[in-house]
Amino acid sequence: MIAALILAISTLTLLQFFVSYSRSLIAASQEHVLSEQAAEVCGFTARTAAGEHFGRLLQLISLCPEPGGDSAEIRVVALYFQLLGVARILLRWAFPSAARWIEAERGGCAYAAAVVLDRRIAYSRMIMAEQTNR
Amino acid sequence: MLDPAHYAIWVVVFLAELFSLICLLRRRAYSQHIAFVLYLCACIGTDVASYFFLRHSGFESDAYYYFYYYSQSLLTICLYFVLMNLYAQVFSEMGVGNHLRAGAMLLLGGTAGISYYLVATSSDRLVTHFVAEVGQNLYFVGVLLTYALWGVIAKVRENRTRLVQLVLSMGVYVSLSAGGYAMINLYPTHHFWEYFLPLTSVWLPASWAYTFLKVPEDARLATARVLAPTP
Repeated sequence: MIAALILAISTLTLLQFFVSYSRSLIAASQEHVLSEQAAEVCGFTARTAAGEHFGRLLQLISLCPEPGGDSAEIRVVALYFQLLGVARILLRWAFPSAARWIEAERGGCAYAAAVVLDRRIAYSRMIMAEQTNR
Repeated sequence: MLDPAHYAIWVVVFLAELFSLICLLRRRAYSQHIAFVLYLCACIGTDVASYFFLRHSGFESDAYYYFYYYSQSLLTICLYFVLMNLYAQVFSEMGVGNHLRAGAMLLLGGTAGISYYLVATSSDRLVTHFVAEVGQNLYFVGVLLTYALWGVIAKVRENRTRLVQLVLSMGVYVSLSAGGYAMINLYPTHHFWEYFLPLTSVWLPASWAYTFLKVPEDARLATARVLAPTP
């Protein structure tokens, strides 16, 4: 009985902590202004980012060399994005008003992915510049 | 005998802890986060010792069983010191650090005592069941303490990005562990837990490494963006 209660409460707190942690990662990336190259590749800004861009951005990210440390960030954001997808399906009928919030969150995920892509593009250019100088 | 999945998990956890420790030391964050350094050192020491237990006694042995669960309980207690460090940082300007530490230690001692009493007075359960019970209860108290700390952060609008992310990653870890131990108590014969609990140990060092590596000390975050939907 106690174990079942602890399991139920822990599941709820896990969900809340994970959502807040993911949102803290996304909020930190919102302050980053995309470079011209990245904005051109992504085709959106912080205000116009939408969830539908996320999959394509993940594919582009996987094509770029990793500067180190941001793969964990993108995995957490991708997991949060999937969680939002599940929430969108589950809440569609119960709370139609939540759809707007979920779409805004998915857009935030897409922007966070764009920031990671931006960093990787900059890193790739730096590597290329170094190799050219040699 | 261990299967390749056990070995892979052991290697991943060990490397994550080592990498996290290196990140902490390279960022010169050890003076402010000494409890984090101690916890990671304890984790690395436990991993090395568990490897020797596995080699000499085997995965199915009582020696390894006792070592694994009791070392996890000790690590949980070390984790309380990390939590106290986070409390001290949040309350650094209010001067109530000593009261908080005393309260947390009382809570920790009380939880271990109550867990032992509950198991010792149940004649139909083995005393060895105490380790799974105490693990579940210690982590659950950790969940409550982290939740209370998160409540304070939300209330005072704490905006240090590093601190916010450290508290939230701690919340994810203790919730995951408390839930995992509760599942072990509910379904003790299921083999899935052999993989699940060790695998959850990757989260904390990995998230700490990310925070210390990528988030500058002076970075600030609008707490409202984490708490409420973006308008």
